[in-house]
Amino acid sequence: MSVLVDFYAKHSRLIDQIGINAILALSLSVSLQAGQLALAQAAFMGIAAYVSAILAMNAHWPLLATIAAGVAAATIVAVLLAYPIRRLRGIFLAIATVGFGEIVRVFANNLSITGGAEGISGIPNDATTPVIYVSLALVALVLVLLARTKFALAVTLVREDEYAARGVGVDVGAVRTRSLALGGAIAGLGGALYAHAAFFIAPTDFGFGRMEEILVWCVIGGVTSPLGAVLGAALLSVLPELIRFLADYREITDGIILLAVILFFPGGIASLWRRGAVRVRS
Amino acid sequence: MLAQQALNGLFLGAVYALFAVGYTLVFGVLDILNLAHAAIFTAAAFAAFSLAGSGMPLPGAFVLAAVMAGIIGILLDRVAFAPLRRRNAGTLVPLISSIGVAIIIGAVLRAIYGVDERHFTTGGLEEAPAIHFGPVTFTTVELTIFLSAIGLMIVLSWVLRSTTLGRRIRAVAEDRVAASLLGVNLERTIAATFFIASSLGGAAGILTGLEYNSVTLDMGAPIELKGLAVIILGGMGSVTGAVVGGFILGAVETFAIAYGLSPWRDAIVFGVMFALLVARPTGLFGKRALRQA
Repeated sequence: MSVLVDFYAKHSRLIDQIGINAILALSLSVSLQAGQLALAQAAFMGIAAYVSAILAMNAHWPLLATIAAGVAAATIVAVLLAYPIRRLRGIFLAIATVGFGEIVRVFANNLSITGGAEGISGIPNDATTPVIYVSLALVALVLVLLARTKFALAVTLVREDEYAARGVGVDVGAVRTRSLALGGAIAGLGGALYAHAAFFIAPTDFGFGRMEEILVWCVIGGVTSPLGAVLGAALLSVLPELIRFLADYREITDGIILLAVILFFPGGIASLWRRGAVRVRS
Repeated sequence: MLAQQALNGLFLGAVYALFAVGYTLVFGVLDILNLAHAAIFTAAAFAAFSLAGSGMPLPGAFVLAAVMAGIIGILLDRVAFAPLRRRNAGTLVPLISSIGVAIIIGAVLRAIYGVDERHFTTGGLEEAPAIHFGPVTFTTVELTIFLSAIGLMIVLSWVLRSTTLGRRIRAVAEDRVAASLLGVNLERTIAATFFIASSLGGAAGILTGLEYNSVTLDMGAPIELKGLAVIILGGMGSVTGAVVGGFILGAVETFAIAYGLSPWRDAIVFGVMFALLVARPTGLFGKRALRQA
């Protein structure tokens, strides 16, 4: 038992990070499962992080209330974003959403309530490990329950063949809006937790670099597999710690691992035990 | 004042255009987004800095560094894109593998050069007196950069329009299978495309380094996403569109600064891009333009 306690004391920060990263990876995975390369997750994350940080600092709201408000804000923005981008697909959708993310970042950089480029510091550090992992479990539970509904069937159909989906009466627009909103809500949860675990947030935390990182987790894990997304996030969060002796070459090894997985494991890590029964399908 | 701002916009836009031309050329031919383009842009700037620092005259360093960038481009294709092409991996996966190469290039540069900013010694160019021409003023460095960028784009346009290689590139962009059936060597044409695109991107990096007389590891970050805005504006895959888009971006940024909107500059740029994507995803010129160049 004391071994576990020691282990936790030594690695609690990393353990918290893995939980938050897994939530963020799941949020993007929700969009990708509907075949939408919508890359606004970092922006949703940032919106929720700022909302919950500001409410905690200025209005002294309790943790759960600030998280709920952050998630609500991110969800509303996601629904509003879904309308103008409803006709965009593939790379055009990706670029439009990346552009949206940049606009959000510029706003965070210039508004006074967000603290400008310096960001906000002194956020109550109350997103503890249990809070983070209960949140992750809740997200997983929602996704597992959703996987048994007609909505999940419609999502798969829209991904595989949008025209066929229309043909059998699926409201493609509604499916896209809902999956973007769900992804936005989950990214918002990750962002609010991030703010309360990090003590300090700034616009650069939610820029294109973060978005790339989340996308990489999902692709390494296996694009359409939620479990793969979680594994990808966990693996790439832990790896730098495991290969600390390579610290000087860390970035190079990151790049090489990324390339190697893409070239040699086309289905991501999730494909490695496809025959196992654990593969969660939407 | 207005004329001066317009001129500044032209200078800025020429380099944006040069960067975006390479970006869009790869998209036009292969339908993939090459997110390592900005890393090659940075690598070329550092290479030119080292070559010029070792005593090579600046024009020689410029050409050699751009050629090196082109070779990196060919290697990039072999490592990150060619294996996926054989597998028909779609658009998302190559995008990620290009991020992998970008990470590796960035890490190699950091290992060699560290995080410090580097400066060119521009062979006395920076000491040449500013040129006054009617209501406008500019430096010899600015003029040289502008003329180099324009010259390279004219050469590219000639290559695409009038040479056998250009016809092959356009054929592959139009229809890969048909071009291959008609005897175009696919892999060789794609390699040539990457060489051209990356050496132009590299040239843009060197010119950017000269323009601000500063070479840094993160100099590619702003232009990576702005380059996207430019090729959307012009129409993905359209070389003419990328040139026009580059100049529009240069003008928008310059006037945003002139009217005191500097902090909001990027929001304006990406706002325009977003609105254009929503209203007219094919951009001002659309993909046809490369095929009919």
